[in-house]
Amino acid sequence: MRALTTTKTALTGNYAVAHAVKMARPHVISAYPITPQTTIVEKLSEFIAKGELKASFINVESEFSALAVVYGAAMAGARAFTATSSHGLFYMYEMLWWAAASRAPIVMAVVTRTLGPPWNIHDEHNDILAIRDSGWAVAMASTVQEAFDLTVQAFRLAESAYVPVAVGLDGFVLSHTVETIELPPQEVVDKFLPPRNPDLPLRLRPGEPITMGNIPSDDRIHAEHLKNIYRAHQEAKRAIYSMDVEYGKLTGREYGGMVEKYELDGAKFAVVCMGAWCGDAKEAVRALRREGVPIGLMRLRFVRPFPDEEVEALAGLDRVVVFDRDITPAGGILGREVASVLGRDKVTNVLAGLAGVDFKAEDFRKAIKHAIEREYRDWIVAL
Amino acid sequence: MSIRIDLLPKKKYILPGNSACAGCGMMIGWKILGMALGEDAVISIPASCAAVVQGLGPKSGINMPILNVPFASAASVATGISEAFKQLGVKGHSVVWAGDGGTADIGFAAVSAAAERNSDVLYIMYDNEAYMNTGIQRSSETPKGAWTTTTPTGKKESKKDIALILLAHDVPYVATANIAYPQDFYRKIKRASEIRGFKFIHLFAPCPPGWLFDPSLTVEVARKAVETGAFILWEYDHGEFKFNPPSSALVDKSRRKPLIEYLKLQGRYAHLTEEQIKQMEEEIDRKWQFLLRFAQATRRTQ
Repeated sequence: MRALTTTKTALTGNYAVAHAVKMARPHVISAYPITPQTTIVEKLSEFIAKGELKASFINVESEFSALAVVYGAAMAGARAFTATSSHGLFYMYEMLWWAAASRAPIVMAVVTRTLGPPWNIHDEHNDILAIRDSGWAVAMASTVQEAFDLTVQAFRLAESAYVPVAVGLDGFVLSHTVETIELPPQEVVDKFLPPRNPDLPLRLRPGEPITMGNIPSDDRIHAEHLKNIYRAHQEAKRAIYSMDVEYGKLTGREYGGMVEKYELDGAKFAVVCMGAWCGDAKEAVRALRREGVPIGLMRLRFVRPFPDEEVEALAGLDRVVVFDRDITPAGGILGREVASVLGRDKVTNVLAGLAGVDFKAEDFRKAIKHAIEREYRDWIVAL
Repeated sequence: MSIRIDLLPKKKYILPGNSACAGCGMMIGWKILGMALGEDAVISIPASCAAVVQGLGPKSGINMPILNVPFASAASVATGISEAFKQLGVKGHSVVWAGDGGTADIGFAAVSAAAERNSDVLYIMYDNEAYMNTGIQRSSETPKGAWTTTTPTGKKESKKDIALILLAHDVPYVATANIAYPQDFYRKIKRASEIRGFKFIHLFAPCPPGWLFDPSLTVEVARKAVETGAFILWEYDHGEFKFNPPSSALVDKSRRKPLIEYLKLQGRYAHLTEEQIKQMEEEIDRKWQFLLRFAQATRRTQ
């Protein structure tokens, strides 16, 4: 057997996603441009034009149709992908819920970006977090390498749990930043991700009468269906863990499943956050550890399904500082999610990095110190 | 091509247990779609009467594979289905069965885009000239003068000519059809299904509760629309535009029946004055003149 070669190369986050999609061998890709997502679909169109990827590439007139095309394709048995961001994601809103309630195994990259007005293309997490209750699995990468790995894994998750999967990556911070990454050999991806079974979850075929989505004879049928989506998300948690281990064996990269734990052994304090700035947060944790502060970090890789059990393991700690790169009139989204598990007294919620404002390791360090030393019990907005 | 009704396929695709209104024109059209494409079609249906007449799930009153989809998405979903079938090697037709609101209004951007891409989809718009599913609100396909619940004194604006707009997208096939002429509609579906790319058929389908006429009169109302010239049967096939019978004989205005014969059957036009009816006749004639010149122009350039 010939040796399989891993390619070490330098790619932006968006190109890493495009490479992952190519290696996943999709049948249908739909494309509509929106900054900072655009280079994903541009790269994929180039792969197809060069003959490196055999797939239908469908140019559409809006993000709503971008999701509608991959929805139709997925319901007819295809492996399908699209990508979006910010206003584009919100323009899809009706289709997001329809796709999830149809259990369509779609994968979509969401390059996170703030919402207007004013028009602003910089990074924020309000867009991807706003879809967390639609029935999609929602993941968030922290590095370019993880953006690649998560995208490959998303197809397997979508096609095993029959939930659509959104893979988030921070706009510009990851999407347009070049990092060195390892591309696994195609054979390894093929082994991890076998071709999609076009007959599941339902088979839409000429000559085979089946009606999907018509009015239910009893609302209980509909209610049962919604309960099944909840169950699917609970099963997805298990799938995420076993997938992570298997992927780790094949590529040497294991991330911890639902969450990544960093320096949590013996910690009295913890930081919880998601996305690329977790790198800066880790830097702050290292600095604080050097100062003698017993602190660790939990990075959420998935917010849907939500890692309730993992967060619950932080219950014995003195204080948990949750960083949100989003803002709602009721506080931070992750802060409220974590507080729903640990109780509000345990959690300090810091809202920062809004509208693309840079928030560095030193900013993290100061905010964390402030939160744990003064036992600040309110919600903080740190610009 | 002449088609004998008694030789059409006998298998039924519209089954007892569907929940359509008595005399539904759309269901007559759907029956013909079943005869023409029965085993080959996979249908996408947006929010519409067609979305609710299927009967109650998990059962179905329609013996065809159907995907119900959000209002504005049908043309795009059907594109996805046809591309998936292409990639998976599945033979069949991706068909949209949509109302006038889902096509000419909320779904228009997606329909236009699918036409511009020349996606391999057969798009059939059944036109009952208003939002009938939600209770008779006007659409851009509601004719001028017609009563609806949102135009209580009659619609002020003209009917959008969606078929001509689609023709302007340079697609291979566009046709109009009418449920009173089942052989013509059947032939047009068959012809469209031979063509790869985007095909559009505008099907005229009267609605008894919405147009305020007795359910026994559906076919008569539909036929009168053609005989008076209010609805024109035509076909555009790879650059060739032609009128179809009986409309082809009605280019001569004197052979058309008076418009009042069509209008008087329906309560939605009951409030019209003679002056308004005269104006409607003039508008109809203007449409005929336009199509006639268009037909002559396309003939000259061939």
